[in-house]
Amino acid sequence: MGNPVRKNKDRWLGPLAIVLALTLWECYAILVVKNSFLLPTPPDVLSAFLELSQKGILLLDFQVSMLHFVVGLGAALLIGIPIGIAMGWNVKINAFMDPIIELLRPIPPLAWIPFAIIWFGFTTVSAGFVIFVGAVFPILINTYGGFRSVPRIFVEAGRMLGCTKNRDLIRYIAFPSALPSMVSGIRVATGVAWMCLVAAELFGVSNNGLGKNLWFYYNLHRMDCVIVYMIILGLIGLAIDMAFRYYIDRYFLKWRTGEVA
Amino acid sequence: MGNLEIRDLSQSFPREDGTELTVLDHLNIDVQDKEFVCILGSSGCGKTTLLRLIAGLDTARAGSILLDGEEMKGPSSKVGFVFQEYSLFPWRSVIDNIAFGLEMKGIGREERYRIAERYLELVNLTAFRTNYPSELSGGMRQRVAVARALALDPVLLLMDEPFGALDAQTRNMLQTELLDIWEKTKKTIIFITHSVDEAVFLSDRIIVLTPRPGMVCHFVTIDQPRPRDRTSTEFAQVRRHVLDLINQKCSIQ
Repeated sequence: MGNPVRKNKDRWLGPLAIVLALTLWECYAILVVKNSFLLPTPPDVLSAFLELSQKGILLLDFQVSMLHFVVGLGAALLIGIPIGIAMGWNVKINAFMDPIIELLRPIPPLAWIPFAIIWFGFTTVSAGFVIFVGAVFPILINTYGGFRSVPRIFVEAGRMLGCTKNRDLIRYIAFPSALPSMVSGIRVATGVAWMCLVAAELFGVSNNGLGKNLWFYYNLHRMDCVIVYMIILGLIGLAIDMAFRYYIDRYFLKWRTGEVA
Repeated sequence: MGNLEIRDLSQSFPREDGTELTVLDHLNIDVQDKEFVCILGSSGCGKTTLLRLIAGLDTARAGSILLDGEEMKGPSSKVGFVFQEYSLFPWRSVIDNIAFGLEMKGIGREERYRIAERYLELVNLTAFRTNYPSELSGGMRQRVAVARALALDPVLLLMDEPFGALDAQTRNMLQTELLDIWEKTKKTIIFITHSVDEAVFLSDRIIVLTPRPGMVCHFVTIDQPRPRDRTSTEFAQVRRHVLDLINQKCSIQ
């Protein structure tokens, strides 16, 4: 497995599986289902994709959805990280906040949709709010956990080297020590946010958006277009996760290379 | 300067049943400037507690600690500490670990790297300046920890069994290197160990503590010239003397 030559040799297996799956899908749709409404074939989906891109609608949907995503995730970062830090660093704040957090956390984000609509109307903020509710808890909990488990020896080593103020200890010791945990929380949060995005858009907070138009084409019974949106949603979700795996981990956490972590 | 006076130092911790567990009992120790002192004692005798009190990481129940006549309250840049476990910041490269204390002091990047570089050279790790601690061996990590503690130019260096986790060869090598560094920098060093061999090899004076509660049992002055030969008769005599102290006079009555 660890052998790089062997790994290179096996690289064609992944694409092969995709080709096989597409072929299987095509055969099943043509030979068994025989109904392009119940199961469109891959060529149906491809032509739907071309049709939609000619309309120029996909790019706009992508932009609107990314806006919702960025608003929701941004708010989750802005609120989740400071609260997580405060709770992880200060026992009193933790004791004060913990019951509220634990009561709010199990409420599914989508259950907030009615209030999102009556508070913020059919707006970007409304969609952002639902995404925020989904994303904030993984960020908060992992930030808290990271700060809670800062090894005592790092804090003491810092104090012996003149890092004695709370603000400095947080900035120079606790924050970098907690960063791996925070990053994995943010990574989970992006996944949850992406799921909430589709649900948030189904309720017509905007005229465009990947989730919005997925639902729109369902209402038109254009299932080929629905699949186009499903695939795009999946690919963007994958791209976000890859960005974490290959860029953020390597750039921010390069000091962990060589560790068995 | 680095004169340390410990006066009537006592430390105790509350036990679950409400009584107090006395760890250190009216300890009196004087350490001269530039002296290399080893504190020996069986585990649990309060060696680490004592060192943490001197460092200012904990507060004593009673008594005082004076460094050059000044009472110690909390961590000070005049005191450096090398921990038993690996205490390097894993997210900082070797050079940035060494420069950490200088950075906290507000010294500019160029100046602090220039200083850190000097200490990197002192511990013979110039080739590893940009490596991360996870890429270093145990012995190298402790050498970086020594450099990091020295970079602030403290007068007193406290070392809490710094070589305890290392294999015998590396340990002997680092002991020799430490003496070399001590010759060059002339710090007062208080070194905790439970290895008699290490204590006899390194120190000007050994302080043997009694088991809990920790009290000074005996001072042993070693005036053999350095480098000391571990296999010599004189060395063995001192070792036997110290071992006898630990096993008889300074053990539980």
